[in-house]
Amino acid sequence: MTNILQTALGPLVEFVWMEADLLDAKRYAEWLALWADDGKYVIPIDQDTESFEDSLNFAYDDATMRDMRVRRLSSGQSMSASHAAQTVRTVSRFVRLPDSARGDARLRCAQHLVEYKFDRHRHYVANVEWTIRSDGDKFEIVEKVVRLVNSEDALAGMSYLL
Amino acid sequence: MTELLPSELVRDDCVHTALYKDPEIFEQEIDRIFNRTWVWVAHDSELPNPGDYVTTHVGRQPVIVNRDKQGEVRVMLNRCRHRGATICEKRKGNAPGFVCPYHAWTYGQDGALKGLPLPKGYKDFDKADYGLVTLRVESYNGLIFATFNEDAAPLDEFLGRAKPWIDLFMKQGGGYPIKTMGEHKFTFPGNWKIQLENTTDAYHFPVVHKSFLTSLDGDTSELFSFMKAGGYVEDLDNGHSVMVMIPELVDLEENLDEPIPDRFAELAEDLRQDHSEDEVRKIVRAVTGTGFNVNLFPNLACSMAFFRVLRPLAVDETEIRHIAIGMDGGPDAANRARLRLHEHFQGPMGFGTPDDAEAWERVQRGSEAGEDQMWIMLNRGEDKTESNAGDVTAETGMRAAYQMWKRMMTV
Repeated sequence: MTNILQTALGPLVEFVWMEADLLDAKRYAEWLALWADDGKYVIPIDQDTESFEDSLNFAYDDATMRDMRVRRLSSGQSMSASHAAQTVRTVSRFVRLPDSARGDARLRCAQHLVEYKFDRHRHYVANVEWTIRSDGDKFEIVEKVVRLVNSEDALAGMSYLL
Repeated sequence: MTELLPSELVRDDCVHTALYKDPEIFEQEIDRIFNRTWVWVAHDSELPNPGDYVTTHVGRQPVIVNRDKQGEVRVMLNRCRHRGATICEKRKGNAPGFVCPYHAWTYGQDGALKGLPLPKGYKDFDKADYGLVTLRVESYNGLIFATFNEDAAPLDEFLGRAKPWIDLFMKQGGGYPIKTMGEHKFTFPGNWKIQLENTTDAYHFPVVHKSFLTSLDGDTSELFSFMKAGGYVEDLDNGHSVMVMIPELVDLEENLDEPIPDRFAELAEDLRQDHSEDEVRKIVRAVTGTGFNVNLFPNLACSMAFFRVLRPLAVDETEIRHIAIGMDGGPDAANRARLRLHEHFQGPMGFGTPDDAEAWERVQRGSEAGEDQMWIMLNRGEDKTESNAGDVTAETGMRAAYQMWKRMMTV
């Protein structure tokens, strides 16, 4: 039987928008709850790589590492995260990709994030690839790969999540 | 801006704030330091084959570092002799030579001008006079340095007492040669010397990196509680210094019969499938890197488990690269462990770097206060000497670097 959530783009887009809103609001505990237990949050450096495990990334997070990352950002112990930049991200240009071998929905979108801190705006533009599993009446993130267009250039410290 | 001479701006125990913010001083630093001394440009493993090249900078000047057919490493200005265009904009690759995209002047791997279109348009033109400008190149234990200065002392002499520490650092190959494995690159709006100081600054670690330390498991956290663990900082001459934070991780080929820590039990078990027990112990002990930072004036630090490279962009803008290193030909499991450890602390989204970058930017911003009345303190702690055990939080490394700065700036 075809699951409506696996075929329609609309609910997936709404899910991604909701995720973006949680990150801009720094509601990290709720963000953690969106993930599948085996989910991977990846921000690669190499523009073309699919072999994240054998490459150096900005982030290559399993559940444990995501938990630790969120704890760091929320702990009050990090001077950069204690007054982290404000972010506003726009997510658009959604495209469905062929489902994963396991039947999870895959899509790609554009993300334009602007951060503001120290009287300064910085921009980060990325293609974001999603693998999203529908589990009953909800979605969970199996993989989120944020491919920054300038990943191989010099970036600046980021105490928020892309 | 400041009326003081370079010799007056550096005292034994403090430096003037103008060193962070005076554009004229910055221009002098480029001329007198980066254009005069040995500057690190690459690691051997980045150029394994003839024709391999990387593009980088010596100070502000773009250069190509390549290995020619004979295996010789060359460093050449990335600038066509004709009209000044860069002849290569790729970060790395393999090339039999370089062709300027503007008018197709063609250079060999050795920088010699091989050909140009319509040469008859020039009178009395000898191609031999128009090769790429090459720099002097010397290397030590895989570290490749270049200088514009034909009169500079040999690299061997320049590195001097830092060499044994470089040798110890390279033992983290765990029996394999060292190779680079990618890099995190970022900028911060601040002077390059703020970064230079930081790699010899143990005093900041438990404060700035509290959130990193909290994220570690108990054993690792114990390793990093080095403030009272017998560490020290030693001046190694010529602006170089070493900061030993974890004395038991100075020589990675010692203490190989000690029990393998629990956190590496799984890795060790994995390695045992293809390696002898001796090899497993050597690899596991090397996997987290060394317990010290060797700072090499002016732009490289061999820092625990990675290379830190700085590049001055402007008086208040600096680029930093944290280059991951691994075991060349070594087990995938060990290299993956090293990649994950690097990602944990380093990079613009690491658990350490963003806090460092924030601290450095705050120094630059705060330095606007006080005009010409204020100095930066460097008087903390006692130097390690033959008769003194030293102190890991001593600002010895900064004092050493600034004395070298003074020497070079007042020539």
